[in-house]
Amino acid sequence: MNLQEIVDTLELTSYTTPKDYKDIIPSSGYSSDLLSCVMAGAEKRSLWVTLQSHGNIIAVASLLDLAAVIITEGAVPDPLMVEKANEENVILLGTSKPTFYIIGKLWEMGLRNKQEA
Amino acid sequence: MSQDSLFHGKIISEQKAENISRVEELAYDLKVDQVMTRDPATVTPQTPMNVVLELFRTKRISGAPVIENNELVGLVSIEDLIRCLQNSDMQAETQKYMSTKLLTVRNTDYVIEALKMFVNSHYGRLPVVDNNGKLTGIITKGDITSGILKALQYEYHEEEVRRYRASHLFEDIESDRSSLILRYNIKQGDFMHGGAASSAIKRALIRLGANPQIARRTGLAVYEAEMNLVIHTTNGGIIRVEIEPRQISITVSDDGPGIEDINLAMRPGYSTASEVVRELGFGAGMGLVNIQRCVDSMRLESIYGRGTNLRLKIFLPEEEPVGEGN
Repeated sequence: MNLQEIVDTLELTSYTTPKDYKDIIPSSGYSSDLLSCVMAGAEKRSLWVTLQSHGNIIAVASLLDLAAVIITEGAVPDPLMVEKANEENVILLGTSKPTFYIIGKLWEMGLRNKQEA
Repeated sequence: MSQDSLFHGKIISEQKAENISRVEELAYDLKVDQVMTRDPATVTPQTPMNVVLELFRTKRISGAPVIENNELVGLVSIEDLIRCLQNSDMQAETQKYMSTKLLTVRNTDYVIEALKMFVNSHYGRLPVVDNNGKLTGIITKGDITSGILKALQYEYHEEEVRRYRASHLFEDIESDRSSLILRYNIKQGDFMHGGAASSAIKRALIRLGANPQIARRTGLAVYEAEMNLVIHTTNGGIIRVEIEPRQISITVSDDGPGIEDINLAMRPGYSTASEVVRELGFGAGMGLVNIQRCVDSMRLESIYGRGTNLRLKIFLPEEEPVGEGN
């Protein structure tokens, strides 16, 4: 499933400049609000669900080459941070729904966690 | 190993994905002025249509602005010419066939504005005017395509040259042992720029021709160290990265407060982070553990009350050195 289907189905807001998400196919999903856990656990091109909305999630997403970040519970990143995300090619999406709901929906759509080697 | 990834049988290279979105971005970056045709051939309302036909044929164009007393009054296009031919009315003046319902763009508009007009109208070309309404050029979809292609090629070439230069850095320098040293001063409490040094290091490694996996591991290890300097130090600290063809050596040092119990600090989940810092998502107690996971060797020395010194090494595969033009 591609990111566009996810954005449409979950009615996600695009904080960063919207682009064609059809070619982006998340490899897996990951959720944590602790950045070091994400560093250790999220796979390349995965989709990260978090309620953190401060600047450091951009650095994490960019270093890990994540497909996108979904910020839950209506937390809104500040404009400076969105600008930085655009520069770093990080996609920031948002929803007012809680993390549990979003992950449940993503699972229903067929997204799984990374394949254990 | 190929950098392409296989998803549901569809192969998308990272480069390709990057280029697609770059084209869209360029439509917002480039101005009409940069892609339009300047000083286009013009006619007057009194120009006979057979002269217009001759002009289109010799100049190989498909439309021309109509000017009267320095003012833009219309646009005559190949479609108008065809209507005129059908009526066998080639002696008629341009004003009889030209279109006067004019859509114009400004030379200072972004290309995206012109694109929107092309999409929303059936026009094939738009006159370009300056802020005083004076004609400065004409723009077609073809102009936009070739303008964007030119910009893409230019950027691609620039990055290629940069990468080529960097990836052969060590080749052209003779010494018994060459290395490149990058230093970053990290400020305590500067969450705004947290991660900037690690991103820069990752980018530098890619330019030097490092395997993406190595660049990612290095970026990750440096990120954790960088955030440790931001969160835990008294006065911040210094990250020094020494890049040699076959190894990357990273030193992270600060002057306090130092780690009280290194064994405890290395235990997964142990953290001394404050509540405020934890709210930002730090303090998982995984930082040092993550660093260890990413590097080939790690030495952590600390004197409580004095400071901490962390030394990391990442070895590059024999067949994939950096800076030697692999």
